[in-house]
Amino acid sequence: MAVASIPAALRRSADSLDDAEVLRIRNDFPVLGREVNGRPLIYLDSGATSQNPLSVLEAEQEFYEQRNAAVHRGAHHLAVEATEAFEDARQAVAAFVGARYEEIVWTSNATEAVNLLAYSFSNASLGRGGEAAARFALAPGDEIVATEMEHHANLIPWQELAARTGATFRYIPVDDDGALRMEEAAAIIGPRTKILAFTHASNVLGTVNPVPELVALARGAGALVVLDACQSAPHLPLDVKALDVDFAVFSGHKMLGPTGIGALYGRQELLDALPPFLTGGSMITKVTMEGAGYLPAPQRFEAGTQRISQAIALAAAVNYLRETGMERIHAWETALGRRLVEGLSAIDGVRVLGPAPGQERIGLAAFDVAGVHAHDVGQFLDDRGIAVRVGHHCAQPLHRRLGLTATTRASTYLYNTTAEIDAFLAAVSEVRGYFRAGE
Amino acid sequence: MSGLDALYQQIILDHSKARHGSGLDTPAPAGAEAVSHQLNPVCGDEITLRAVVEGGRIRQLRWDGAGCAISMASASVLSDLAEGMELAEFGVLAGAFREMMRSRGKIEPDEEVLAEAAAFAGVSRYAARVKCAMLAWVAAEDAVGRASGGASG
Ligand SMILES: Cc1ncc(COP(=O)(O)O)c(C=O)c1O
Repeated sequence: MAVASIPAALRRSADSLDDAEVLRIRNDFPVLGREVNGRPLIYLDSGATSQNPLSVLEAEQEFYEQRNAAVHRGAHHLAVEATEAFEDARQAVAAFVGARYEEIVWTSNATEAVNLLAYSFSNASLGRGGEAAARFALAPGDEIVATEMEHHANLIPWQELAARTGATFRYIPVDDDGALRMEEAAAIIGPRTKILAFTHASNVLGTVNPVPELVALARGAGALVVLDACQSAPHLPLDVKALDVDFAVFSGHKMLGPTGIGALYGRQELLDALPPFLTGGSMITKVTMEGAGYLPAPQRFEAGTQRISQAIALAAAVNYLRETGMERIHAWETALGRRLVEGLSAIDGVRVLGPAPGQERIGLAAFDVAGVHAHDVGQFLDDRGIAVRVGHHCAQPLHRRLGLTATTRASTYLYNTTAEIDAFLAAVSEVRGYFRAGE
Repeated sequence: MSGLDALYQQIILDHSKARHGSGLDTPAPAGAEAVSHQLNPVCGDEITLRAVVEGGRIRQLRWDGAGCAISMASASVLSDLAEGMELAEFGVLAGAFREMMRSRGKIEPDEEVLAEAAAFAGVSRYAARVKCAMLAWVAAEDAVGRASGGASG
């Protein structure tokens, strides 16, 4: 498959990323060359959705031009090629997160992956899946535990699951800096806990949560662990086996891939025992007018015609990330994140959420500007061609806990330069003056 | 004028600070009253607005809210303009404001009808901000409509 991206050799260097290399990387991302409001686009919203390199766009186009066909159905040539490319993509994504091939289930996005789990647990609670699925069944007296910093996608499905099954929903609170209160976690997670769901890295605070400690607490309680890897899979080396979680979810569009594709990772023995959520074509063994038998994972969770071009394009995305090197990307974004936090903290009237400067965080920062609403901050920045996210970032409870309704968030990726961060900081320092804040 | 200055007209910035009509502690005068609460789920902006209607007129319009400069200024201008208006007149004003907001910057605002509210014409070019400008107006149409027994004119 021909790709026009920069040669991998240029990106596989052992040295750390620097601005010169980032400028070369940017050439692979057509959208980064455009202007907004007469200014060069400064894209600082990769935490919401990332941009796509040419190799990803080309992979999707190549599929439609050369091998468009439904997978796992039909014996014709295109169908065979499409199926191979689709399953190769699964292998690439599995390897990228340290999983085995059978342990990656395609979904539309992380939200759908969490819902898939929650509804499969629901079905188990109704007795579906028989004895093997009894371990997933929830009933009054059982507890589902999440955290106060969750994205709504890893929160509401669990609240709903609790409501459907009579289980109790609980959460680990955060402190004023947004860190999980681990002493409370130890008290909350106990013999009643059936599920512990938490985010690896916070999309608002930038905090990286202590996965080993949380997993140890869950293991001690016999609970299943669900990891929201939406903000970690794209930005740091992720190994779901090393982290020893039972399930993990992530979205393709946040890791250089297209929209419409995400994945659920699950330990194979768990996925094979879990009753399906969506049912229909392509996930069955034998169907009669009385009922059906189901294929093992991952097919058992992939009913209906799949997102084929998107899966193939996501594989191109993880290849791009792998060739560039996740360690290097992580180090670069950590440096950008530090620059962001230090710069923002030095601006009068700006309060940065999350860990203080110097403490670990991924390359993003959400902040409040005293006297100026986040929407106005975002508008001011947009006028300068700077794209940021404003609002509650799908984390209302966390904002409420921190005494805010909306914040502005700048989030980086491998294609952001230090000059962009500096231009962003310079613009933020003008915001309060423009809106006459403090008058 | 830059795009940003056309959006954030001085009148808008002034009103976003002055917030005329803000505060629900003011006692309500005699008349039929109704309260409307509106929320913009995208950004969490909120407004609670109380209208008192008597003798076919809006006697008082008071509100409380939190939000961006556009939504706060819009509530402030609205309260200035609508207080004392006949219901039919308010209907014309609110209709003209809505029409302007839907115009994507394509129609010249009728300053005779809209008065200071014409300053929001620039907002209609920013699809994401139209809801901000409309928040107080939606609340007012709702509250006035209910306070006047369903017919806001
Ligand atoms: C931490 C986190 N979890 C879950 C999601 C949901 O992702 P998606 O909307 O792609 O399903 C996001 C994206 O905003 C996120 O940042």
